[in-house]
Amino acid sequence: MQTDIQAAAGHAPMNRQRLLHLFNQLGMLIILMLLIAAMAVFAPNFMEVTNMLNILKQASITAILAAGMTIVILTGGIDLSVGSTLALSGVLSVMMSNAGVHPVIAMLAGAAVGCAAGSINGYLTAVPKLPSFVVTLGSMTYLRGLAFVVSGGYPIALENSLFKFVGSGDILGIPTPIYIMAIVYVVMFYVLKYTMFGRHIYAIGGNEEAARLTGIKVERSLIKVYAISGLLAGIAGVVMTGRLFSAQPTGGTGYELDAIAAVVLGGTSFVGGFGRIQGTIIGVLVIGVLTNGLVLLNVDFYWQMIVKGGVIVAAVLLDRIRR
Amino acid sequence: MVHETNALEARVQSGHEAPVMRMEEVNKSFSGVQVLHDMQIELYKGEVHALMGENGAGKSTLMKIMAGVHRPDSGTIRYKGQEVSWHNPMEARDRGISVIHQEISLSPNLSIGENILMGTKLPKNRFGLVQWARIYDRAAHILQSIGSTLNPKAYVSTLSIAEQQMVEIARALSFHSEVLIMDEPTASLTDKEIEKLFAIIADLKQRGVAIVYISHRMDEIFRISDRFTVLRDGRWVDSGPVEETNPDHLVKLMVGREIKDLFQRTPSSQTAGTKTPVLELQNVSDKRTVKGVSLKLYPGEIVGLAGLVGAGRTELVRTIFGMSGLHGGEILMDGYPVQIVSPSDAIKHGIAHVPESRKEQGLFPNLSVKENMLMAQLHAYRSGGKLQASRMNEEAEGYIRKLGVKTASKEQNVMGLSGGNQQKVVIARWLSIGPKVLLLDEPTRGVDIGAKTEIHKIISKLAEEGLAVLMISSELPEILGVSDRILVMHEGKITAELPRQEATQETIMYYATGGRP
Repeated sequence: MQTDIQAAAGHAPMNRQRLLHLFNQLGMLIILMLLIAAMAVFAPNFMEVTNMLNILKQASITAILAAGMTIVILTGGIDLSVGSTLALSGVLSVMMSNAGVHPVIAMLAGAAVGCAAGSINGYLTAVPKLPSFVVTLGSMTYLRGLAFVVSGGYPIALENSLFKFVGSGDILGIPTPIYIMAIVYVVMFYVLKYTMFGRHIYAIGGNEEAARLTGIKVERSLIKVYAISGLLAGIAGVVMTGRLFSAQPTGGTGYELDAIAAVVLGGTSFVGGFGRIQGTIIGVLVIGVLTNGLVLLNVDFYWQMIVKGGVIVAAVLLDRIRR
Repeated sequence: MVHETNALEARVQSGHEAPVMRMEEVNKSFSGVQVLHDMQIELYKGEVHALMGENGAGKSTLMKIMAGVHRPDSGTIRYKGQEVSWHNPMEARDRGISVIHQEISLSPNLSIGENILMGTKLPKNRFGLVQWARIYDRAAHILQSIGSTLNPKAYVSTLSIAEQQMVEIARALSFHSEVLIMDEPTASLTDKEIEKLFAIIADLKQRGVAIVYISHRMDEIFRISDRFTVLRDGRWVDSGPVEETNPDHLVKLMVGREIKDLFQRTPSSQTAGTKTPVLELQNVSDKRTVKGVSLKLYPGEIVGLAGLVGAGRTELVRTIFGMSGLHGGEILMDGYPVQIVSPSDAIKHGIAHVPESRKEQGLFPNLSVKENMLMAQLHAYRSGGKLQASRMNEEAEGYIRKLGVKTASKEQNVMGLSGGNQQKVVIARWLSIGPKVLLLDEPTRGVDIGAKTEIHKIISKLAEEGLAVLMISSELPEILGVSDRILVMHEGKITAELPRQEATQETIMYYATGGRP
């Protein structure tokens, strides 16, 4: 505390900058609080502990995807393929498990498939320098196709109990997916803030040309970034099968858009280089609270979509005006 | 031709003819830096007016004010007897002022005809649909008038540079230009194409067009210009008939700047040649610009690389740093040949590179001073995968002190710093790798005079510590003030090597404009 005061006295302009910075970070948090307050007043049972845990559990899949999406967008790219990756990984891991493969190995294989699919996206974006939008638009389609081909187009019932535990179980009363989500965000926070790879992501997003001239292996870093996005989509796929007790080739359709919306709500810029993982989790919660509240308020599903879309645009607009 | 020129001069001098354009006391500043001071120029019908000056003398700003790209802060522009104030380039163009930029500004994916008529009202039928036949007719007509047989339906992407330039000229004419500004139009043309261009210029003169001709090539100026205006440091220096001057005189007018205000380094006492050069180039070429360059760089010396824009200096440095492929020749470090195909290879060999444009190639606008300083060397601060904040802080603070970076703190965003301090941050980044060779490309561009001197002192001190420095600069006083040796480049080749003691602004300019020993 004392050092804080000293710092404030010694570096007045910097302190103001920090305050502004803090305010910027808090912006979406304030919107989240307002949203929660509104729901607490109008939606019955919203503030119940079970409902809170439910919101987190439901948000966990989008949250895991959004963590990967954050680093992709930080480099100035986009990954549209995460929803399809999720489906393919889920289908493959459940089929392996049902065929008698050890469930842990089946789960790891599901995650690995996601990682491989992401690496291909990364390679095409980094080396022949194709636009990530086009690359992942393509893989979104072919990975979905693969999920259909492998599964024969039907949902596959889940038999293994470990899968069910991962998706629907709980530890000490808290659902397992929440732990997984928490681990992903803690690790991602650490990687982005304290590792060379994390700082290189910011450098590449801020100025790719300068990064290259600084000797950063830009291609290698980009491949890693997309591979991580794919890996997280694979993990999300496994969690999802455990939640639905089945693997569905249609699973995760449109989830990439939820993930992108969460990242944008979290203040990460499409320009690249600006953004934080903490922001993304707030963005995820804004969407989660809104969805949950609208359900509790018995809002018609079609109207839910209209409200959700409108809130996303309004929130980002508000954020832009505030800056 | 000579006869005509005399006739023109007679009219100009006897005051019978009013200038088609006259600018007086024009001032212009960009973000607090004044780039034009009381500028003046007069253009007459049917003359070729050579606009001359070193890089940064203010030629392009003057040209942009004429064409309505920038508005002057003060001063008057009279055009055809009327005071004018252009609101935008379109307005100036509609009134008859056209520019042919050095960089060709055509749309390669459209046809010649569309490019020529772009910006004019396209002919339409009564349903509002474009009438292609009439576009091509009109374009063909304009092309014919400059003796070109290009097919207006052909795509611009299929044309040579010279042909594209013809299209640019045709486009300028489609606006019925009375003033035509040509910015280094011959820079990328072959001798034959230049002859063709000169024939067109002669024809345009006949028609009464006033041509502003910007070129670094002395021989061209004396061949086709009637009058000249020389600018220096944003000020008008002299104007007059070309007949009454000579190349030496023009060079003197261009460079007559005072050196005394700038840092003067005591040249290194070490004698080059007694040691192994730390960096040696043997007959190095790149794919386009650099043609067979050989040079040696010794530890502890600063070699200035002078030349005009487009001489290939930046390209040479980019080749050394592995940014553009080596196309013949060899690079040696400490006497041994090395393979450098990427910047990270160059960095591994101890080569550092401060690029020409800080903003586009140097800075990470989203990051702090500290991270901008240490980004090339993050791996040195790792311990078990985690970056050691305390060591990074120490290192960054060390550089802030050593280089005198004026910043609120090491955590300050780098974009909040002045140009000079940003440049110090980029220099610190390269010191952090412990380099043997430092390549500097215009290290003090866009930096105020105080910070300039500080940067010169830093460079000088680094050389004393044993670093070999190769410095590109377009400012001759800087080259003369800091270098131990000076290399001059012209059209991709090194045309002169001058010891500091023998070099003057005039000799450097002489070799930089294609003069031979």
